[in-house]
Amino acid sequence: MEKFLDVSIAGLLMGGLYALIAMGMSLQYGVARVFNIAHGEFIMLGAMATWTLFTVFNIPPLVSIAICGPIAFVLGFALHRTMFKKLQSSSVNQGIFESNSMLASFGLMFVIQNIAFLAWGPEIRTYNYLTNTVSIGGALFGARRLVTLGFAVAIGVIFYIFLARTRIGKAIRAAGQDTTIAGLMGVNINWVLALCFGLGAAMAGVAGVLVSMCYPDYANMGQEYLTVAIIVVVLGGLGSIPGSFIGGFILGIIGSVVAFYDPGLTMVAYYAIFILLLLVRPKGIMGV
Amino acid sequence: MEDIMVVINLLALVYIGWFVDWAVKQNKSKVWLFSGLAVIMLAVLATLPNYGPIYAYIMLSGILMYLILTVSWTMFSGPTAYISLAPAAFFGVGIYTSAILGKDFPVPVTVIFGGLLAVVLAAIVGAITLRLRGIYFIVFTFGLVLLISSALLWYEIRYTGTRGRFITTANNDVIYYIMLAITVLMFFTYYLIKRSKYGLALQTIGQNEEAAAHMGINVTAVKITVFSISAIFMGMAGAIMAMKWIYIDPYSAFDPFRSFLPVLMAIFGGMKRSYGPVLGAVILAYLEEKLLTEFPYYYKLSFGIVLILVIIYLPDGLVGVVEKVRTWFSREKNALT
Repeated sequence: MEKFLDVSIAGLLMGGLYALIAMGMSLQYGVARVFNIAHGEFIMLGAMATWTLFTVFNIPPLVSIAICGPIAFVLGFALHRTMFKKLQSSSVNQGIFESNSMLASFGLMFVIQNIAFLAWGPEIRTYNYLTNTVSIGGALFGARRLVTLGFAVAIGVIFYIFLARTRIGKAIRAAGQDTTIAGLMGVNINWVLALCFGLGAAMAGVAGVLVSMCYPDYANMGQEYLTVAIIVVVLGGLGSIPGSFIGGFILGIIGSVVAFYDPGLTMVAYYAIFILLLLVRPKGIMGV
Repeated sequence: MEDIMVVINLLALVYIGWFVDWAVKQNKSKVWLFSGLAVIMLAVLATLPNYGPIYAYIMLSGILMYLILTVSWTMFSGPTAYISLAPAAFFGVGIYTSAILGKDFPVPVTVIFGGLLAVVLAAIVGAITLRLRGIYFIVFTFGLVLLISSALLWYEIRYTGTRGRFITTANNDVIYYIMLAITVLMFFTYYLIKRSKYGLALQTIGQNEEAAAHMGINVTAVKITVFSISAIFMGMAGAIMAMKWIYIDPYSAFDPFRSFLPVLMAIFGGMKRSYGPVLGAVILAYLEEKLLTEFPYYYKLSFGIVLILVIIYLPDGLVGVVEKVRTWFSREKNALT
């Protein structure tokens, strides 16, 4: 029983991060229709920037959330206003736009990743922050992991309220259902799509800050988180934001249960779930 | 000097790509001239190890690998617009065939086995992914590569106790000849598919799958057949290429990067004509061979920038540019007369 508690708490801690990563990607795909392969690179940028801010300028990571989030937002917003908007106008239909924008984001991944290699080099960076431990039900957990989970849940909840209760949130939901009709109903569609892409990037940036608190950072770390994000997004249902949030926790718990039996099988289990899910229920758990 | 030799051979490859395109056409003129040229080009390519330096044909084998991946990817994904990210899986199957059978069987047998096993995998994947379209098909094929590599890694560490395997190597000229043979076979198959009703059926599926099914095309059968045929060349290329690498492990054999590169090369070249993917593969693979070791980051950085620019500004790739220039010139001529 105690072991069960340990395993599930560890899963929840991991899952919070997964949920945050996947929500950003889900928002970008669900509304802006960009399957953003470069999502992992925004996480990497957040993590590397936090490392630099902490080791060089002595700015604590929790403060860098307030720096990295907005910067990532501006970056994402600008990218959508230039690159993806141009692609959208030149693609004949939504299907072509989806594959074109995916390939363009693949190019973006190359660009960001190699700029990071040039800026930070290939070394693995770590720093120590909030290293004390907290005991939950007899099991010990790092305080930074709990902080990570707290932030992930808080961002998820705030974002959900934003979507459900505000006018802009309503516009985003409308655009997610049908871009063209939402535009006809008076939603400033290009602005909303760019906003969603920017918000997705901001979530990735913040997730990067949180990742860097718990795990080592290096210039090609993005791919690892990208694959997790893709799996969670498919698990939760492509484009469903609550689905991604729940899916993140489900995957985190599955991962920690599997790791309890055989750590080598964790990734195998993730991919197997992913493949089976696509075959049996491509819509995912919350898909419509 | 060596580079000139490589470039001449690359031009020969592009010509053969163009020749396949030309051969598919209905009304042909100057048949003897173009066919004769194609034979000469093939002879140039085939005799390279006899006169060229080792460096030239080692480099050319690497470029041929990308060419095979790209053109066989285009065979299925070009007309149907199903973006498959499975090439790395088929290529990896070839590599592992080579690792397991290579020490007991002669090289050509291993290579053929590699191709056949890739076909088996492709047929299974094709049969179970029929329900998936668009982004779902893309992420499925992407996940497949990752699943195979991580499952294989787990198996190797758990049951064989090692991470990777050593491969019985082959001579560089043998590798080159077999690579070239696969390329020629692939072009010939490409030609046959394009000329047959399957080529037209694929085109129809790409334009409107429902309409194709209503017209009486067995959509499922056509898709699985061509998907599997395209996999055979990737598997064979993997089997022979492995013999150059000596040591492989699951991550290097099933590198998802090898799924993305053919897509980029095909898009860069343009898929409207069959010489497009050849052009794209030859140019990018040559640049990769030249620049990757010296300036890896700048090379990949510019790779990304070029990809984005091509997708935004040249949706038809280099082929689109060539066509535009040609129509511009012919318009000029018409205006004068």
